[in-house]
Amino acid sequence: MIKIGVLALQGAVREHIQSLEACGVEAIAIKHKEELAEVDGLVLPGGESTTMRRLIDKYDFMDALREFARSGKPMFGTCAGLILMAKHIVGYTEPHIGVMDITVERNSFGRQVDSFEADLMIKDVADSFPAVFIRAPHIVEVGENVEILCKHEDRIVAAREGHFLGCSFHPELTDDHRLTAYFVEMVKEAKEKQLEKAGSH
Amino acid sequence: MITGTDRVKRGMAEMQKGGVIMDVVNAEQAKIAEEAGAVAVMALERVPSDIRAAGGVARMADPRIVEEVMNAVSIPVMAKARIGHIVEARVLEAMGVDYIDESEVLTPADEEFHLNKKEYTVPFVCGCRDLGEAARRIGEGASMLRTKGEPGTGNIVEAVRHIRKVNAQVRKVVSMSEDELMTEAKLLGAPYEILLEIKRLGRLPVVNFAAGGVATPADAALMMQLGADGVFVGSGIFKSENPAKFARAIVEATTHYQDYKLIAELSKDLGTPMKGIEISSLTPADRMQDRGW
Repeated sequence: MIKIGVLALQGAVREHIQSLEACGVEAIAIKHKEELAEVDGLVLPGGESTTMRRLIDKYDFMDALREFARSGKPMFGTCAGLILMAKHIVGYTEPHIGVMDITVERNSFGRQVDSFEADLMIKDVADSFPAVFIRAPHIVEVGENVEILCKHEDRIVAAREGHFLGCSFHPELTDDHRLTAYFVEMVKEAKEKQLEKAGSH
Repeated sequence: MITGTDRVKRGMAEMQKGGVIMDVVNAEQAKIAEEAGAVAVMALERVPSDIRAAGGVARMADPRIVEEVMNAVSIPVMAKARIGHIVEARVLEAMGVDYIDESEVLTPADEEFHLNKKEYTVPFVCGCRDLGEAARRIGEGASMLRTKGEPGTGNIVEAVRHIRKVNAQVRKVVSMSEDELMTEAKLLGAPYEILLEIKRLGRLPVVNFAAGGVATPADAALMMQLGADGVFVGSGIFKSENPAKFARAIVEATTHYQDYKLIAELSKDLGTPMKGIEISSLTPADRMQDRGW
């Protein structure tokens, strides 16, 4: 059985857990770094990235999260989660977890009154996907191994690099679970690969 | 592409869950709050305990203060408008404030009607003491709720009363059969459609934070344990001796509200908290929670 964690320091945790469960996998809230060992993949939810970062530091989560990323287990960051994963953040000298080869800009669509809904075409996921953008960041630049999955008004809003998936918007806020299901498939593939590797030794 | 939808407005509050929203009166305090891990700040001219002390009519803050706070931090900025004051709300919206609190902490501008919050692009948070009040505010378009408690007192008792009441009434509605809901709507003074939505979801359709009397990390954790989605802290932080330390302690206690050893550590040497007011010593005119209808 596949088990996926949702980083539960702050933000839209419940919605991600419900979306994962709707995709037929077990989902748990991760409040302590030791719990990362139990899961095959991790969702970094939306919320406030500055708050999450402070709590990551306070509870010594950072090394455990980077180790999780290095181990090949998939990670999916939405909105604030995308900011946490990015290697570069416009206007900041240091990234947070800094594992995905992208540059993001915070609050790049404006303030809350500019927050919006739009239908998106997401490569390999959906021709029409309802996306909710809330004080959203966008991806300014991607590294050579990053695949752009979606653009909205010429801005990159979803991308994948190997076992890392990130988007600017909130797939957990609607009943359309196709992007979550896409991530669940990534987790399944990664787990199978690891089992094969273990078997061949 | 559409702005100001229910999903966008309610979703913004969903992103604040598990967090602490702090009252601030200038850029310096806003930066301390952000640094401590606040998920948002409420820009005010005076915190509630000072509003109590000052007396007279409390109004929307000077836009200069709101602007100063907006320029100082990257987290969302909220601001308060008087109940029913259409123009104060429109002014704050025009300034690009991220959330408006139609608040009983300020002197009401209308003693009969609240704002029609559906008409705005900016989302609103409103106070409630029971499910009838909560559902009326949602019916008017509030995208987030908070308990009213008794602001500026440093006394948690009213916030506890309000969160218990709302949650008990939600549980009752969820367990009722649908043919009983119209009468329940009549008894509560609640829009029927909102009760149907609560029954369908098994919970309130919007986030409900605790507010009005949170003075210590243990108070914040208590409200989380009673089912609040997050916490507003008004006078508690910047009226304490060491605001930065106090603010960090409240944030951590809110995240780990069931880790009692941690809360014990966090609560050490915080200095004197705000003095606090016994509720029964308030005159009816001093009770902010009775404002709103």
